[in-house]
This record gives sequence, C-alpha cells and structure tokens, in this order.
Amino acid sequence: MLGRLLFNKLLHDDKGGDRMLTVLLAVMVLVPVLNLLVPESSVFHLSTYTVTLLGKYLTFALLAIALDLVWGYCGILSLGHGAFFALGGYAMGMYLMRQIGDRGVYGNAELPDFMVFLNWSELPWYWSGFDMFWFAMAMVVIVPGLLAYVFGWLAFRSRVTGVYLSIITQALTYALMLAFFRNEMGFGGNNGLTDFKDILGFDLQSDVTRIVLFTVSGLALLGAYLLSRYIVNSKFGRVVVAIRDAEDRTRFIGYNVEQYKLWIFVLSAVLAGIAGALYVPQVGIINPGEFSPLNSIELAIWVAIGGRGTLYGAVIGAILVNYAKTYFTGALPEVWLFALGGLFVVVTLFLPRGLVGLFDKRRKRSAEVQT
Amino acid sequence: MKALDNLRETMRRDKVFDFVAEGHYPLSSFRHTVTTGEIDVSHGTILYVENVNVSFDGFKALNDLNLYIQDGELRCIIGPNGAGKTTMMDVITGKTRPDTGRVYLGQSIDLTRMNETEVAEAGVGRKFQKPTVFPEHTVFQNLELAMKTEKSAWSSLLASLSAEQLDRIDEVMLQIGLKEQYAMSAKLLSHGQKQWLEIGMLLMHDPRVLLVDEPVAGMTHQEMDRTAELLTQLAGKHSVVVVEHDMDFVRSIAKTVTVLHEGSVLAEGSMDDVQNDDRVREVYLGS
Amino acid sequence: MPIQILYLLLASLLPMQLPAESEVIGFEALVNQLHVNSYKEKEAIIKQIATLKDSRKVTILQTMQDGDLYYRQSDKKIVYRKKTGDQYRITDVLSKQDLGLVDSGTIKKIKVNNKLRRILRSVVARLSLEDDDVDVRLTAVNNIVKNINDSGAELLRESMPAEQDEDVRAAMKTGIALMDVLSDEPSVRHEAVDVLAQSVYPAAKSRLEDILEKDEAGNYIETDVQLLKKARSGIENIDSKLEVYSFLETAFFGLSLGSVLLLIAVGLAITFGVMGVINMAHGELMMIGAYTTYVVQLMMPNHIDYSLFVAIPLAFVVAGLFGVAIERSVIRFLYGRPLETLLATFGISLILQQMVRSIFSPLNRSVATPEWMSGSFEVNAALSLTYNRFYVIIFSLLVFFFLLALLKKTSLGLQVRAVSQNRPMAKAMGVRSEWVDALTFGLGSGIAGVAGVALSQLTNVGPNLGQTYIIDSFMVVVFGGVGNLWGTFVSAMSLGVFNKFLEPSTGAVLAKILVLVLIILFIQKRPRGMFPQKGRAVEN
Repeated sequence: MLGRLLFNKLLHDDKGGDRMLTVLLAVMVLVPVLNLLVPESSVFHLSTYTVTLLGKYLTFALLAIALDLVWGYCGILSLGHGAFFALGGYAMGMYLMRQIGDRGVYGNAELPDFMVFLNWSELPWYWSGFDMFWFAMAMVVIVPGLLAYVFGWLAFRSRVTGVYLSIITQALTYALMLAFFRNEMGFGGNNGLTDFKDILGFDLQSDVTRIVLFTVSGLALLGAYLLSRYIVNSKFGRVVVAIRDAEDRTRFIGYNVEQYKLWIFVLSAVLAGIAGALYVPQVGIINPGEFSPLNSIELAIWVAIGGRGTLYGAVIGAILVNYAKTYFTGALPEVWLFALGGLFVVVTLFLPRGLVGLFDKRRKRSAEVQT
Repeated sequence: MKALDNLRETMRRDKVFDFVAEGHYPLSSFRHTVTTGEIDVSHGTILYVENVNVSFDGFKALNDLNLYIQDGELRCIIGPNGAGKTTMMDVITGKTRPDTGRVYLGQSIDLTRMNETEVAEAGVGRKFQKPTVFPEHTVFQNLELAMKTEKSAWSSLLASLSAEQLDRIDEVMLQIGLKEQYAMSAKLLSHGQKQWLEIGMLLMHDPRVLLVDEPVAGMTHQEMDRTAELLTQLAGKHSVVVVEHDMDFVRSIAKTVTVLHEGSVLAEGSMDDVQNDDRVREVYLGS
Repeated sequence: MPIQILYLLLASLLPMQLPAESEVIGFEALVNQLHVNSYKEKEAIIKQIATLKDSRKVTILQTMQDGDLYYRQSDKKIVYRKKTGDQYRITDVLSKQDLGLVDSGTIKKIKVNNKLRRILRSVVARLSLEDDDVDVRLTAVNNIVKNINDSGAELLRESMPAEQDEDVRAAMKTGIALMDVLSDEPSVRHEAVDVLAQSVYPAAKSRLEDILEKDEAGNYIETDVQLLKKARSGIENIDSKLEVYSFLETAFFGLSLGSVLLLIAVGLAITFGVMGVINMAHGELMMIGAYTTYVVQLMMPNHIDYSLFVAIPLAFVVAGLFGVAIERSVIRFLYGRPLETLLATFGISLILQQMVRSIFSPLNRSVATPEWMSGSFEVNAALSLTYNRFYVIIFSLLVFFFLLALLKKTSLGLQVRAVSQNRPMAKAMGVRSEWVDALTFGLGSGIAGVAGVALSQLTNVGPNLGQTYIIDSFMVVVFGGVGNLWGTFVSAMSLGVFNKFLEPSTGAVLAKILVLVLIILFIQKRPRGMFPQKGRAVEN
C-alpha cells in the first residue's frame, strides 16, 4: 500500500514537468494553426522559417533529455552525445540522399552526387537499404544504440568513471569527426550530406511538410519525456539515482551496476539518434561538424543551465540557450562566445541545480514567508 | 603454470571434502560461477580466510592472514591503523583480489572468484566506515532498494512491491528505529541514524555474514548503546564481524576478539585474554 | 671601353702570386663590366672572373645564372635587389653597401641567354667544387649528380684527385659511376655497378633498374649476365639500406611528434595529474603562449633570431598569470567537483578564444621562424633531418627535466606533492595549501604557454590552436597514468612514434583515428593508464 502511494505521489509531484507538458501541447496546436490557417498578412502569422527554427529547438530539447538521463540521473557526463545525435542524423541523411535519385547535378539515379564526383562506380555496401524508409529509421535507432552498447559495455565493465569517461567519450566523438571528414568514408566528407529534395514523397520545402516535421518532433519530445519520466520514477530510476549517489554501495547491495548504466546509456543514445534524425530534414544538411566535441560539451551546458536531474529542466535549458544563440549570433556575433563561456562559469559556480533549482528555491522562500 | 593450476584444483575445499560437496554443487571451476542457494556450514565455520597475502606497490597490506568465523558468531576485530582491517574487508567482499590465499564462504563458495555483486548475492553484507546511504532517496526507498529480490535492470523497470515485501520493510524500519522517518530523505538523517539505516539496508538483504566497519565512530553515547543492542540482537541469526577502534564498545559486545597487526593475526580470544597478551600490549602501548 | 678590356686581359695574364690588391681591383673592374649588352663580351668577362681568386665571385655568378643580377641605370653599378613593398631595396654586389629603395624603372636586369646560362652553370659548379668549405663542395657535387651528364662527370673526374673529404669523394664516385655504367667497356661498367650498389642516391637505384629493363618479349635487353646479377643484388643492397634510413627517419619523425605531445601534455600532467583539476582551457593557455610569441616578434622585427629567447620566459609568465587568475577566480571554488571544473574551464576556454578573436582578429597570424631553426641536416642523400624537429626534441626534454627537477628537488615541489597527497595533513604541517594550489596551477599554465611558443613554430597561430590540441594532450596524460610525470613522458613518446609508423600505411588522418581508438580501448582495459598509482587511497 505504502509503496503504491509513494509511487503515485512521485508521478504527480512533478508540477514543473506538467506545466512544461501543457506548454508543449499548446505550442504543438498553436504553431500549425498560426502558420497554416492564419493568413500571411496577419500579425499573428508564423513564418515557416520560425516553424523550422522551433522544430529544431524541439529536437535539441529531445537531445537534452537524452543527456540528462545519463548525466542528471546516473552521473555519467558523456561529452560524446553529439556523436549519437550525428549518427542518427547521418542515417536519416542517407535516406534523404537516396530519395534525390536522378535529380542531382550529375543525374545519376543510383549514386549521390559526391560519389559521382569521386569517380565511384557503385554504391558502397553500407549504403544499401537506405532507399527504404523503414530500414533507415531502424538504423537511426540501431546504429547509435549499438555504438553506445559496445562502448558502454567496454567502459562500464572496466569501471571507467567520472572525468575519465567524459574524456574518452570526447575522444570518441573526435575520432568519429575525423573519420567522417575523410572522403574515403563515403559520407560526403567535409560537405556532408545535403541538397535533399523530399521525404516519403513530400517536398521538404513545402509548408505542410515543415509543419508535419515540427509536429513529429513535438510528438517525439513528448513521447521521450513521458517514457523518461516513467523510467526515472520506476524502481529502475531509483537504482540509477542510487548509482549516481553511491556507486559502490549500490554494487554491494547486489545490483549489477554495469547493466543499469549500460541500458540507460543505450536508451539515451537511441533518443539522441532520434533527435538527430528529426533535426536533419528540418535544417537540410548534416556534416561532420555535428561530431565536433564543442557541440557535445555545449549540450552539457544546456542541461546544466536548465537543471540536471529534472527532465523538464533539460528541455527548458535547451530551448533557452538555443534561443539565445539564435539571437546573439544574429545580432551580436562577437558577444556570443563570451556569453556562452560566461554561462558555463556562472552556472557551475552559482547555479549547481540550474534555473529550475533557482526557481525552486525562490518558491520555497516565498512559501516560507507566507506561512 | 599448468601444474600449479592442477595443484590449486586439487586443493580446493569442495574437492578435498568431496563427500560434502557431492550432490549439492556442480563441480565446475569456471570463473564467475556463482553457487547460489544454501551456504554449507556443516563444519560450523561460515567464513574462511586462509593464507591471504595482498600487497600494494611492495607494501604488504595483508601478510599470510588466517581468520575463521563461526556461524552465528559476533566477532570483533581490532588493530592499530594500517593493520590491514579495511583491506581484509576488501578482500572478503571481492573489491580487492588477494595475491595468494583462499577466501571461502562455507565449505564450497570461493569468494576470490567473485566480483562485489556476486559476493553480496552469495550472502555477505558490508557496512562501510563512512555511512553510505543513498542521500537523495527516502528511508523507505533506501530499504526498498536493498531488498533481496530480482535485481536485473529489466525486472526493475516494471517492479512493484508486494504486501510481504512492504511488511518486511516495515519490520526492518522498526528494528533500526526509523519507522517515523520513513519518508525523510536520507541526507537529512543524523549521523547515528544513517549508520542504522545502513545496517537496516544490509538486513533487507538477509545476509549470512555481516561485515561492519567502525559502526560507532562519531556517535553519541546513547546512539552507541543502541548500536550495541542492535548488533547483539543480530548475532545468532547472522554472523557479525565488527571492526572497531572504541575499546569500551568492543568490550560491551564481544565474546571473541581478534587482534590484527601488520597484516596478520596477532592474538585471538576473549577481551580479557587479549588485553593481557604481552604482544598486544606492546603493539598498542609501544612498550 | 677597349682600353678597359685591354687592361682586363692584362690583369688576367698576371701570375696568381701577384699582390692581392691589384687582383682585387681587376676583379671589381671586371664585375662592373657585366652590364655590357653583348653576350660574347659577357662570356669573356665571366671566364675572366672565374680565374680570379675572390670570395665574392661565386655568389655573383650564381645570382647572374638565376637571372637576379641588376645594374643601376644611372651609374651602371651592379646590384642585388630585394622586393620591399612596392619598391626594391638594392645592394652593391661588391661593397655590400645598401643603396636604398628604388622603383623598378631605375634598375635593369643583366640579361642571360641559354648559352651563357650553360657556361655560368659549369663555371659556378667548377668554382664550388674548389671552395674551401666542405658543405659547399658537397652541395655542388650533389647538384651535379642530380642532373648528371657527360660534362658533369668530366668535371667530377677532374676535381676528384684534389678532393680530401671522404663524403664528397663518395658522392663524386657515384656521379662518375652513373655515367660509366653507360660506357661500352665491360670492365668499366662492372666497376661502376659495384660503386652504385653502395650508394643511396635515388639516381643510382634507377640506373641499376634501367639495366634490368626487359624488351617486349620479356627478355633482358642487357646481355651481360654477370652484370645483370650484380645489378640485381645491388638493388637489393640499396633497398635494405633505404629501409634502414626510412626507419630511422620515421623514428625521428615519431620522436619529434612525441616531443610535441610531451610539450602540450606535460603542463596538463601537473594540473590534472598532480592537482586533479580538469583544465579544458589548457589548450587556450598554449594559444596565449603562441600569441605572446607573435607580439614579441611584432615588437622586435629586426631581431627575429632572438625573439624566441624573449618569448619563452614571457609566455611562461603571461600564461602563468592567466592560470593563477583562473585558479583564484573559478577553480578554487570547485575542488572536489571534477565535472563542474571541466565545464567551467571549458567556458573559460571559449572566453579566451573570443578574446583573441576580438583583439587579433579571427584570422591566423603568421609567426616567423628564426634563421637558425630553418634548414636541415643532411646525413646522406636518403636521410635528412630538419633542424626545427631537432630543436623541438631538445626543448621538450629540457622543459620536462626542468619540471621533474622542480617537483623533486625544490621546496615548492615538496609542498605540491604534500598537498596533492594529503591536503589536511599538509595544512596541519603549515603548508599554505591555497598558495600552493595557485602556484601549481600557475606552473602548469606557464608550461602550457611555453608549449605554445614551440607550437607557434610548427603550426598556424589562430584562435583555434588550443582546441586542436586539447584532446591529444588529455589522451597523453590519461594513457600514461594520471599523477605520473614519467608515465606522461613514455606515453607521449610511444604515441608519437606509433603514430608516425602507422602513417605510411594508413595516411595521417586514419593513423590519428586509429591511435585514438586504440587509446579508448586501452583505457577500457587499464582505466588508470600505463603506470597507475596503486593502493587504497587512490581507489577511494
């Protein structure tokens, strides 16, 4: 009885999360309406550019949730999550490349332009199957998941923890970046994959496709959030937090710590892969820059700013920082790196629990004042 | 190397006493073979530590250590700093592998072939020197996590508590006197309460052997008395090994005391015997 | 004019033992005639000059051969010119006197035709072969060997008896043999093949390969079976020699890459290894060191050769001060929270990058290499080692042993080690741990700055310089084992050598990827690196 009570209580004691969900649902209804139904002349019309921007933020929010699961809840600071994101993106990019067909510059029905340019005569084996949507979508999940499984299995089994893990995850994404920069890899080298035409037969440039992509991103975020919330509130989640707080202790009471870490890591990688797959058709390009260690570490700061260890905090952090980035790089490009760097310092020094922690404290204080 | 392995194989406890092992345990010799089920205490002894050597960078932390714990016994282990008490615990719980020597739980379970999780599963619980409970979890959740139950990642995703399990948690909360604080975050507990919670967590797992590292360090007198009461209560049903510095506390609970010095056993016996031992006095008083 | 020529002819007829003064006058007079229009006259003058003993003649003739010799229109003075901005700085070829900046119209090129060029080449070669400096002679011989022909071989044959130096003789022999192989006399050819078999000149091998050429039917064109055999074993001999040299060269490249890795990692080995601080801004501290070099060179443009000696201590101080400032303002609040330190220092690295972008522009800045660092040491035709790699090896070893001594022998080192091992105890013993923290971090940062000076000589100096190296430097420290300077040393050197030995078969990028992957796998196997610290304290 007691247990069930606690369980229910936990699920409902997430006001911030519920509020975030409400806002998300409202945005998902409002944005299509404002874009498609409100005439362009109206003040309330939302341009397709903005819709795409918002869609991009949603995929970043999904990515942030993925990192928060491993960092905020399990204490594993992965500085290589950008790699999983990029791999998911490449899987989607490969599908979109194959969809171009003979509409490329060289008009080759089989080979993407960059392969023709490199004088390749046939498609490399690992490109086969990507003309089928279902196969590509399976790869979006499988490739990052498998990499995370192998990497995690090796790392956690040898008890690589803390900063060591952070550093080798960073090395992992760095190695992948160098690899994808090579033309010989067959992923378009420096330029990556781009010039996409359509997805499942729908024109990528059309407003409706953009809105659908936006909605799918929103649904993915929603699903990932609910799934993650279920997981962190289950016994699995409590074990994961226990590992974060006292790993040896958890091991001594008989939990297979490696197994727990491995699965939360794999799940996180899969979510990151999905985020990447949704990101690519909206921005229209994927290149090795996405593997850059800078991206992964920037992702950590989204989560830290929002408040790690709270799922909605990660979402808020991702959206706020990226909005700021869009604003600053447009208006004051000189200032952006100063601002981002300053954020890193300020948040770690003064906001260990992020913005969510700051508001919690304030709310508690005002509650104390009232009573 | 091969000859050595063969020798080891024939010297294995369950092979020496073949008739005891027969029928109960598969005689497999693969590493990580966890023999679950009952611990064979037909000889009355539950924990064997024999000829164990451990060295770190040439420093001998354990030097040919021999220690035997009887089933249901409450044993205190004392010794000056650096005597090897914590290293001994590390060896028993699988955290440190001995360079040489054997560690057996009962007649047949070789603890040196297991990792920490497997040792815990086999029935050895360990309480750390510093109280380590899960600070962000409530008392209730701490005990829930420690419960002896299916612990694989998949099952915990869907796990919920049965009525019996709730009762068990209730029972232990009463035993350690933290029933009132069941919904309190463990980080908010007092130092003594954390120690008891940790013992409670060990109890949830129903271990046969309890290793307790300096349980009363930093406790008030009242807390100390309660701890003594708790530990004596546990002996009998569990074998309890206490490592402690506080002599008054040791005197109040122990029947048998083992003195460690420089990685091996210096003396063993009742508290009075040990205190009258010349070598022990020399080690402690330096005279 | 005719009188002058007469005088010249007279001068040339004078015996060599005559007092030097008159010869000098003759030489200068001849040189000043080089502006004449007629190629015939020029030829005569050149032949005259060649017979005179004067140290300036080789340079002048060489410059003339290259088509870089000019004369001033106003007074027909023969000059060298050097482009400076839109104008030219001209120098008197005889007095080496600076004649100031001029426009291109005021000077005129001394024209050289093909015949003249050929004459000049052989004259310069011959003169170089008689030079007093062994290096000049060797270079001259090598140049002849590179484009060997009958006249070249003849020249070598003539100067060989007078030659004393063994290396130069060997080179000459090779050159002569290269032509002898083509002769009709069997004994001469056999002898020549024997000589070529001992040589590592690329030409020697290809000449031997020519002997083994087959016709369309697959039969050897060469009919001398004995000679074929000799040529074949000769090629084998050369190949095995070349293999040794290429092995040596790769090892040298590896060690120099290892030294760079050591330089960039050793500062980190202090801050990360000894203090346990993850300093992601380490790369940017190197960047600051590199920019310090740039600024120093800006301030002393006329003394580039000495600029590094000023830049090294200055970079140490500047980067060290930055380090102390970072430690005091941020890191000291984060001890014991390594992940937070990682993020905060990364933030600092972004700020420093942007700072450099704002001050120096986002473009790469060029840092000059001092004269004494350029060039290379030629062991033989197959192996030459560049000086800058040499200096990097020596410099990194100096820095490393300086640090080692500092930590082992000084009281600061003692305090640093005390604090890193047991902070409360060190405090109790009266060590001012805060002061030690700041100094240690400053030291690690200062070393990063010094590494930056070295990097400024090897790579582009720009805002991204730090990012390029930060992962490498962490890999080196982690691979070697944290808290162990010797581990860092072994790790840097072995990674450098390993990387360079991989490169020929995989290419540079793939080699780097492979090394990274191997390190990642290695860390899985040995989470605490090659030389881990053992014991209870480390595990807890």
